Amino acid sequence: MGKLIVNGLSAGAVKVNSEEKNRPHGRQRFQPLNIERGIEFLLKLSAATAILAIILITIFIFARGIPLIFKTGLIDFIFNLKWSPTHGSYGIAAMLVGSLVVTLSSLIWAVPLGISGAIFMAEIAPPRIGNMLGRMVELLAGIPSVVFGFFGLIVIVPFIRTHLGGNGMSVLAGAIILGIMILPTIISISRDSILSVPAEYKEGSLALGATHMQSIKGVILPAARSGIITAIILGMGRAIGETMAVVMVTGNSTMIPGSILSPVRTMTSNIVLEMGYASGDHQAALFATGAVLFIFIVILNLVVNISIKAGKNYAN
Amino acid sequence: MSQLKLKSENIKVFYKDFQALYDVNMDIEENRVTALIGPSGCGKSTFLRTINRLNELIEGTRTEGQIYLDERPIYEKDRDVVELRKKVGMVFQKPSVFPMSIYENVAYGPRIHGIKDRNRLSEIVERSLKAANLWNEISDRLNSPAARLSGGQQQRLVIARVLAVEPEVILMDEPASALDPISTSRLEDLIAELKKNYTIVIVTHNMQQAARISDYTGFFLNGQLVEFSCTDELFVNPRDKRTEDYITGRFG
Repeated sequence: MGKLIVNGLSAGAVKVNSEEKNRPHGRQRFQPLNIERGIEFLLKLSAATAILAIILITIFIFARGIPLIFKTGLIDFIFNLKWSPTHGSYGIAAMLVGSLVVTLSSLIWAVPLGISGAIFMAEIAPPRIGNMLGRMVELLAGIPSVVFGFFGLIVIVPFIRTHLGGNGMSVLAGAIILGIMILPTIISISRDSILSVPAEYKEGSLALGATHMQSIKGVILPAARSGIITAIILGMGRAIGETMAVVMVTGNSTMIPGSILSPVRTMTSNIVLEMGYASGDHQAALFATGAVLFIFIVILNLVVNISIKAGKNYAN
Repeated sequence: MSQLKLKSENIKVFYKDFQALYDVNMDIEENRVTALIGPSGCGKSTFLRTINRLNELIEGTRTEGQIYLDERPIYEKDRDVVELRKKVGMVFQKPSVFPMSIYENVAYGPRIHGIKDRNRLSEIVERSLKAANLWNEISDRLNSPAARLSGGQQQRLVIARVLAVEPEVILMDEPASALDPISTSRLEDLIAELKKNYTIVIVTHNMQQAARISDYTGFFLNGQLVEFSCTDELFVNPRDKRTEDYITGRFG
């Protein structure tokens, strides 16, 4: 009886219970059906709580932000370059561009580096060393962002100031720090997807006379493609959403940066810098900024799902 | 008696401390099917993989002895493994089609060996698919994903992929073990046809299959080649007691 509960799906438990009733002298020590239902209810409740929290936050952000967007007009909110809350001018164009510029410039160097690193760890390094490196990279992901920001402020910003000019607080500083921060995401997920390519692919390719490098390029990377795209997009999501480290090293001026040495403000920075004292329309404008950010992230997630589906089409 | 294609001399294989093969000596003739039979873990697949040096992929593997392909030693310091594997193709147990289109699967081999011309590639793809008895079934959907083919079709696609690099020897590692009876019999017909142009070495669990398709059979047990002779002779008149026990189903 006890065993049956352990592997009991609810349907199985129901069946057991009815059998129990039909048996004339069957003693019921406990009621499996109620326990099943209780556990099911608890699981449902936890899932519902998590989903409800997300839905409420979403509704809240949009409810607070949308009225302001209607007030200023969507076009004006997104394309107006002037962010000047004291004058009632709420245009996030500079921050929108800022977020995109910082994110893309971090991806430019972190993606090739991360994927190459993942290939090295998964395919070229001896398995023991590859695993060790992989674990170290995962450790890197656990470092709080403020520590990365602090490192950037103390090391990278002064380095840029002395060697490249400007005051150091810049797109470049942000791109370097963000790149370092998203490397673990890109490396771990790419590495996992390369490692999960079936050994038969590699053997099949080598058995045809391909070299190791040809096999990596011709079979292993294409097979791991959807995982690698996921890695890039999750890294990108993390870069767009990152706040603390970016605020600390980018200078935060509300202008479209003229060069990689110019200061820049991202959408996340905009929210965190002004939320302390904002009220009324100003506060609503920050929520609206959050809403735009939210839509960005949703789009990225959709792209991930589509790319994974496209990958499955070809896999076994 | 036809010409000698492969000759193995005292082949020993070690996985770290474990010895997987003990002094295997075997002469494999050209344009013949040679079957390797024996219970699981007896070393028949290991022996097969010494012929294209695929065992080297597994860390801690050591091979001693020598195999000659057309009288040229395979285990030689400056032997080009790429060139060896071009001559000695391999078909695996699980149909390992690559995650790309049917066309790309077949064109993969010629491409890595430097053929870029589109017309020539198409020609090779068509010829290889025809030789693998697959062309008629899939000629209208060369660009669809290979993974959508049935298991038997996938295995014939893998054979087409091997044929596309124009090998001389084809190694098959239990190619029919994942296939249904109809696909298996089509594969066996294909092997009989391929024999005209290629030397085939096939590992199989299935003794009836070995008896049906092969000219020579080797029986492996615990890393040793117990008996090697003409298929008819081995099955009808085994010299070794252990071979007799195995083929009569007393163990294995």
